[in-house]
Amino acid sequence: MAAAKMKSAKTKRLINNTIVHVVLAILAVIWVFPIIWVVLTSFRAEKGSYVSTFLPQSYTLDNYIKLFTDISILNFPKMFMNTLIIAIFSCLIATFYTLAVSYCLSRLKFKLRKPYMNMAMILGLFPGFMSMVAVYFILKAAGLTEGNMIRVALILCYSGGAGLGFQIAKGFFDTIPYAVDEAAILDGCTKWQVFTKVTLPLSKPIIVYTVLTAFMAPWLDFIFAKVICRANSDQYTIAIGLWKMLEKEYIDSWYTSFAAGAVLISIPIAILFLCMQKYYVDGVSGAVKG
Amino acid sequence: MLKLMKKEDGFSTPYTCMNAIKKGGIETKLSMVLMGFGNFVHKQKIKGLLYLAVEAAYLVFMLMNGIGFLSMLGSLGSVPQKEVWDEANQVYVYTQGDQSVLILLYGVATVLLTLLMIWVWRGTLKSAYKAECLDKNGQHVNTFAEDLKSLLHENLHRLLMTPPMAAICIFTILPLIFMICMAFTNYSKIGNHLMLFDWVGLENFKALFDSNSILGSTFWSVLGWTLIWAFFATFSNYIFGMILAMVINRKDTKAKGFWRFCFVLSCAVPMFVSLLIMRTMLQPNGAVNVLLRNLGWIGADASLPFFTDPTWARVTVIVINIWVGVPYTLLQLTGVLQNIPEELYEAAKVDGANAVQRFFKITLPYMLYVTTPYLIVTFTGNVNNFNIIYLLSVGDPVTDLASTAGKTDLLVTWLYKLTIDKQYYNIGAVIGILTFIILAVGALLTYRNSKSYKEGGI
Repeated sequence: MAAAKMKSAKTKRLINNTIVHVVLAILAVIWVFPIIWVVLTSFRAEKGSYVSTFLPQSYTLDNYIKLFTDISILNFPKMFMNTLIIAIFSCLIATFYTLAVSYCLSRLKFKLRKPYMNMAMILGLFPGFMSMVAVYFILKAAGLTEGNMIRVALILCYSGGAGLGFQIAKGFFDTIPYAVDEAAILDGCTKWQVFTKVTLPLSKPIIVYTVLTAFMAPWLDFIFAKVICRANSDQYTIAIGLWKMLEKEYIDSWYTSFAAGAVLISIPIAILFLCMQKYYVDGVSGAVKG
Repeated sequence: MLKLMKKEDGFSTPYTCMNAIKKGGIETKLSMVLMGFGNFVHKQKIKGLLYLAVEAAYLVFMLMNGIGFLSMLGSLGSVPQKEVWDEANQVYVYTQGDQSVLILLYGVATVLLTLLMIWVWRGTLKSAYKAECLDKNGQHVNTFAEDLKSLLHENLHRLLMTPPMAAICIFTILPLIFMICMAFTNYSKIGNHLMLFDWVGLENFKALFDSNSILGSTFWSVLGWTLIWAFFATFSNYIFGMILAMVINRKDTKAKGFWRFCFVLSCAVPMFVSLLIMRTMLQPNGAVNVLLRNLGWIGADASLPFFTDPTWARVTVIVINIWVGVPYTLLQLTGVLQNIPEELYEAAKVDGANAVQRFFKITLPYMLYVTTPYLIVTFTGNVNNFNIIYLLSVGDPVTDLASTAGKTDLLVTWLYKLTIDKQYYNIGAVIGILTFIILAVGALLTYRNSKSYKEGGI
């Protein structure tokens, strides 16, 4: 009797496990499927945007080659350089802003601390695009919307709001024990030295996280770049370029190259993301904990 | 009451602005007009001079431009652009008219600058009063070098917060105030008010709330869809992500890392790339329809109307949002799930609760308790979720040609279309303000009512 019961429990568990694994496998296929499809499409030899077969019939590297050699209409290498320059500078500025603000809010006591945090929360509720037009007018009034100055404008845009995204880094700083700071102060450190010589070295994960998110923003943002660049095609970033390739006049000849470009952009970002996954989770759960 | 609060926050000091005006000596009072005078008299020469320089710079700016900007703010300019026949060159030349946008922008900037100046002015008074008190009591008055040094220690927050604050003021606060002002003007392509516009008070709000007009009815339908979308997008991701995380975390599930990797891979691809890919895949002749045709599930020429039928389009964006969002939820919830005390489950099992009951009685309440702030943030993010809608469906399909919004347009994408495509800046600004109000009220209410807030745990 007992043995039979145990056996039935065992089969039940086996059935359960099989179902779970099959469902997981199906879901995993659904999730991975578009990614595989785009990789295959990037190697597709047949031209045109929409074809009547799901899988490519023959494979080629031409789409990648076209991306880097056919620079008359959509200059991919130039877009890449634009984005790289913008990313490097805005990353430096944004990282400084974020870390400075997070440290102040986490460690220093000052009058405007609470008001600042409330203000950040309120500002976060406004749709970001609402002020986009106004930002454009401000940049225009400052003469930053022509020629190479567009890059400066984009750098300022991407780094400008960094001081409001302090939650994750602040959550991390909050976890460093105060005793460390106090010991350093007793040893005669100024607070600046505590920040640069004690807190920052202890915060490598969050620095890596902040640097990477700041670095990635210009590669991913599309709307701001589009509004600020307008018709200046030599200042386009990667994101606008890829979007352009799908517009009616380009899609037929550029569709497979779009897939190639998407793959090229995704590889470094995917590697960065997979590496910093742990920090991302830590950061977010830190933020949830407050 | 106010006094009490001041004492509580621990920042009370005798060197306040009121005290400076009431009890300060003649030199302190004089620094109300001549900024920095008090500091200058009391051994803080450089500081005093700097304050004076700031005042001078502000006054020069106001006299040169500022007063002009402020005076124009009321009328927003009245000189129209004119076409003049240039006899010498035989062409029409445009004379420079007033540009209301720039007038408004400069006006708002001047007002902000003036507020900043008042703040600095208060600072000088306090500083002058402090210097006076210390000097009279024979205490040490900080030299300029010491003041600079204090920036690295006691006043480190000033050093570190100033640059980010300046950036936020210029790139977030100033544009926001500017746009809020626009909501009360007739800055719009309608009636040709792109160059010159005027204040119209609450006219735009009235137009939007008037449900008889096209604009009004569009607004209500877009608002309704936005809320439905935000609700489904948030909770479908949340529940589905949680179930997935639990299934992967189950003791008996093999190869946990592999499954997690499969799902996380899709959020490693930049979102706009994966959304654009999804869009092309779901076109009438896109990969999904081709696949279904090849499998023989639909006719050879048939295609599923993913973005052409309103209901299909709405369901599609929600489903795609699950595809995009669940990996993130999975990442974020895995850690929280592992923190649920195991004893709770053991006890429930002993009491004979089945898996469904355990989920609804233990897991869900616990998760809701811990992640309320996260849910609020996600909900807000979804109401403002521009990328998914714009990159996937561009708000299409548009069924009613007279209206400016499609069936999947959210308030934000509608706002974008109205401002960038249609140039109805004023209506766009009104929508932005209303979105903010809805979000702020919603966030405050849920936050206040959440257990985690009441018990002060989070």
